[in-house]
Amino acid sequence: MAQPSHDFALAAPEMVLAAAAMLLLMFGAFRGNQATRVVAWGALAALAIALVLVLQAPAGRAVSFADMFVVDGFAHFAKALVLLAAALGIVMSLGFIRREGMERFEYPVLLLLATLGMLMMVSANDLLALYLGIELQSLALYVVAAFQRDNLRASEAGLKYFVLGAVASGMLLYGCSLIYGFTGTTGFDAIAATLKAQPEPPLGLIVGIVFLTAGLAFKVSAVPFHMWTPDVYEGAPTPVTAFFAIAPKVAALALFCRAMLTPFAAIVADWQQIVVFLAIASMLLGAFAAIGQNNIKRLMAYSSIGHVGYALIGLAAGGAGGIQAILIYLAIYVAMNAGTFACILCMRVRGDMVEGVGDLAGLGRNQPLLALALAIFMFSMAGVPPLAGFFGKFYVFVAAIEAKLYVLAVIGVLASAVGAYYYLRIVKLMYFDEPAEAFERRVGGEMAAVLVVTALFVVVFALFAAPILDGAGTAAQALVAGGKG
Amino acid sequence: MYVAIVFLPLFASMLAGFFGRLLGDRGAQLITCGAVSLAALLSLYAFYDVAILGHTQKVQLFEWIDSGSFEVAWALRIDQLTAVMLVVVCGVSALVHIYSIGYMAEDPHIPRFMSYLSLFTFAMLMLVTADNLVQLFFGWEGVGLASYLLIGFWYERPSANAAAIKAFLVNRIGDFGFALGIFGVFLVFDSVAFDQVFKSAPGMAGRSFEFLGWQVDIMTTLCLLLFVGAMGKSAQVPLHTWLPDAMEGPTPVSALIHAATMVTAGVFLVARFSPMFEYAPNALAVVAVVGAFTAFFAGTIGLAQNDIKRVIAYSTCSQLGYMFFAAGVHAYGAAIFHLFTHAFFKALLFLSAGAVIHAMHHEQDMRIMGGLRHHLKRTYVLFWIGSLALAGLPFFAGYFSKDIILEAAWAVHTGVGNFAFVLGLAAAVLTAFYSWRLIFMTFHGQPGARAPGRAAHPHGHDTHGHGSHGEAHAIHEAPPVMMIPLYILALGAIFAGLAFSDYFVGAGREAFWGEAIKVLPENDSIEAAHHAPLWVKLAPVAAGLIGILAAWYGYIRRPGLPGELAHTHAEAYRFLLNKWYFDEIYEFFLVRPAKWLGRLLWKGGDGRIIDGFGPDGIAASVLDLARRTSLLQTGFVYHYAFAMLIGVAILVTWYFATGHGG
Repeated sequence: MAQPSHDFALAAPEMVLAAAAMLLLMFGAFRGNQATRVVAWGALAALAIALVLVLQAPAGRAVSFADMFVVDGFAHFAKALVLLAAALGIVMSLGFIRREGMERFEYPVLLLLATLGMLMMVSANDLLALYLGIELQSLALYVVAAFQRDNLRASEAGLKYFVLGAVASGMLLYGCSLIYGFTGTTGFDAIAATLKAQPEPPLGLIVGIVFLTAGLAFKVSAVPFHMWTPDVYEGAPTPVTAFFAIAPKVAALALFCRAMLTPFAAIVADWQQIVVFLAIASMLLGAFAAIGQNNIKRLMAYSSIGHVGYALIGLAAGGAGGIQAILIYLAIYVAMNAGTFACILCMRVRGDMVEGVGDLAGLGRNQPLLALALAIFMFSMAGVPPLAGFFGKFYVFVAAIEAKLYVLAVIGVLASAVGAYYYLRIVKLMYFDEPAEAFERRVGGEMAAVLVVTALFVVVFALFAAPILDGAGTAAQALVAGGKG
Repeated sequence: MYVAIVFLPLFASMLAGFFGRLLGDRGAQLITCGAVSLAALLSLYAFYDVAILGHTQKVQLFEWIDSGSFEVAWALRIDQLTAVMLVVVCGVSALVHIYSIGYMAEDPHIPRFMSYLSLFTFAMLMLVTADNLVQLFFGWEGVGLASYLLIGFWYERPSANAAAIKAFLVNRIGDFGFALGIFGVFLVFDSVAFDQVFKSAPGMAGRSFEFLGWQVDIMTTLCLLLFVGAMGKSAQVPLHTWLPDAMEGPTPVSALIHAATMVTAGVFLVARFSPMFEYAPNALAVVAVVGAFTAFFAGTIGLAQNDIKRVIAYSTCSQLGYMFFAAGVHAYGAAIFHLFTHAFFKALLFLSAGAVIHAMHHEQDMRIMGGLRHHLKRTYVLFWIGSLALAGLPFFAGYFSKDIILEAAWAVHTGVGNFAFVLGLAAAVLTAFYSWRLIFMTFHGQPGARAPGRAAHPHGHDTHGHGSHGEAHAIHEAPPVMMIPLYILALGAIFAGLAFSDYFVGAGREAFWGEAIKVLPENDSIEAAHHAPLWVKLAPVAAGLIGILAAWYGYIRRPGLPGELAHTHAEAYRFLLNKWYFDEIYEFFLVRPAKWLGRLLWKGGDGRIIDGFGPDGIAASVLDLARRTSLLQTGFVYHYAFAMLIGVAILVTWYFATGHGG
């Protein structure tokens, strides 16, 4: 390694977030809860600075901190996406926390810390760094899940998330120890080098990978490690759910890709089967279980399980094409989900949040603009061309076909057809059913902005997709090349 | 110019169809009539330019399909045959458009009607200008569609809907044959463009292919398949049943589509494919036999019909038979000539019948009419002109064309020719008889004198408050907008034969037709026809006179006679009245089994098997699965943790079992 082993400049965005989190914590501790709004805007500013730093960072792969921390094109793309998603999550919660008595200054700080954990996950190049990143993220998220302490369901959600997360962490650590035991190292690059030298991987290593995968699958809520998702999504406060649905998914999937491709590139055939299984199970369960749901947040939980399944197709396909497809899928997924949750956050009847799918009935007549936005997102999620969601699915299916995973692609298309049912049911409810009680008219400036931006993104993606496609392509090349080198 | 002729009607149709509400009734009428009249004037010039001066040409529009060796372009083929058809189609269409202004004045859906008429005109023009089989097929189906829409124009009448569906279904049989013919032509000639096909047709004569162990002649097969299409469109036996029912449509439609233009498309097709038919003598024999039989058969049915439009419809069917057997005896020029003259006098008859129906407040039963010559003097005269032309009395249009057809049939001196000649003569008698029967029943005698067992005016609500004599006041001549087109057509019915006989079938025919129609020198029946003996030339006229006299005797001299005859020969009368029981036979052998099969497939195949296992079954199992998967979500943390462990255990076991992936 030519570089110094402690190049702090590489971790500049992370350090900005860490410093900002601590500063804002101090500020909040002195000023009390009335400073929450200031803290929130400060957190957003920190995210913006971090985003600029990420975008400014030089291209090319570089490692630091004893090879535990890696920065490359892939990390840049994923980090930018995570930061944007986190910012969207914070913006969307501004109004909610004020209305629902959640306006405590720790909230933005916790989200900031979680984001920091995500950035570390994205840059992890060592099993320990991986674990640290995940834990930092998870601990913060456990807390925000239960942030409405006086709300029974929210507390239950937080507790469940914590307990199951602990189980998953245990599996992950067990997997890490097995891998360490059979390769003698925790560094991704070193593992890769070891595996390259020995063509036939020992069975114990495979078991280790299975456990590692189980831990990661829990974080991305892939079946059968998804059980927490519906309960936590439903129980947690809605903006927290929105945050859960976008930012950590991106980070965890990015980590998943790196953790599979960098160290285990030589034994693709072995772990590919696990990912294929996870993808198929997630797509099918996401499609089928969502049909029976009447709570829209629960429905979105299954929807996100399904989406993770589609994204995992890209990982199963492997190679630059597959990774590019995942990154495109994630970018689109963030926009669609942020938009949908913004709509859900607008579902208020006389000051109270409502979450029933049936409450959307007749929205097309009561609030045509909101209904139009939600319809756009639903059509996009169902994969109707020419909306963005179609292209997300298109690229992963193409990647699967190119990798000769025909069964996977066919099941994906079928699951997508089943999934279309519940997305379109919402559209049908909004436009063809007798109106339920009208929602409050006032949507709020920041929510309107989120809605407009995400809806526009979804609609015009087809026309202006080139930068995202190219960026994802470069990022995917970087990751695949890194794994080889 | 040719592009304008073809596309003006389309343009007008779209304007009237899509913006009918905006334009209003008057606007839609003006636009469609104006566009089609302009097209008619242009086509007159085109006729002069192409047919008289001989400037044939091709207008290339654009490439349509280019797939492998299958290349299809949109092109307008303007030769003499097309020019004749352009005049017929645009001319009659323009007159019918104008006539419709008066006839449909009280209809609430005028823009729709005008739009359909123009759409039909466009499709028909596409058909006659086609440069390849696929384009021809486009026009062919287009006229079928327009015909369907117009027959069912009064869609609130169940009988009109049934007739429209019947026309569509019967034509489907013909179109199936036609489509097979197109496929066959492409298979054999590797092209669907007329030029290539006609160029290589002589080389294919006499070749055969094997089908189910049979050696089948290629040219005969292809020509027969194409002729099946022609039979459907031109209502030849046994695919004729739709045409009489099509009279459910408004009368202008009957005049334009079901007399002058669309039904003659089959004749046009055979003439257009004369370079192929000439090398398929067996197919031509079939054409001649079918045509001759239809001419006779439809004539017999015409004797016993009581609906004024149905009589004319069977007459059309019969005249189309003449055209086909003319083509069948190599006299394509005579066939087109008859098509040309027939368009005038048959449109005249239909539109005059429309004037009568209009005057009678949409009453079509001739038994209720009678004595109308006092009220409808001009219509009466027009009917005489049309009928004289139809019966082929000297120097009216039909005389020239019908004579040459019968002479040609005689002149080929074959069994088929003689068969056609005899049946054609018999049909000529029948034609004259039913035409004058129509005139006598409608315009002579006393109103309602022949209505057996019916009140004198069962449609009394039309003339509410009038007595039997007072009803006469309500009968009035049609307005000028309807009469003027009739006068123009009457001129055609009188002079079209005289004026063009020399060009179409006389000494000038070879110069006139040029390349458009091909007749092998040894088959030139028209040339032979000119040397026929005198009795052959006089026979058609005599036949016409006999028919007229018989009608006069039966309906004026001794009005009781037809009733007695019908009584004494009740079986024969019913046989004719029921149209040889064709509909009943079809009902029994085709419609009922088809309905049974359809019901079986619908209830059993579609409902139980496809829906049961397909959409409904899948939907039900999806819902069931959805319910089950929701049940998995118990809410207990230890269940969740257990599921995770099971998942890991399964995956690990999988690797142990398969020897870790490799």
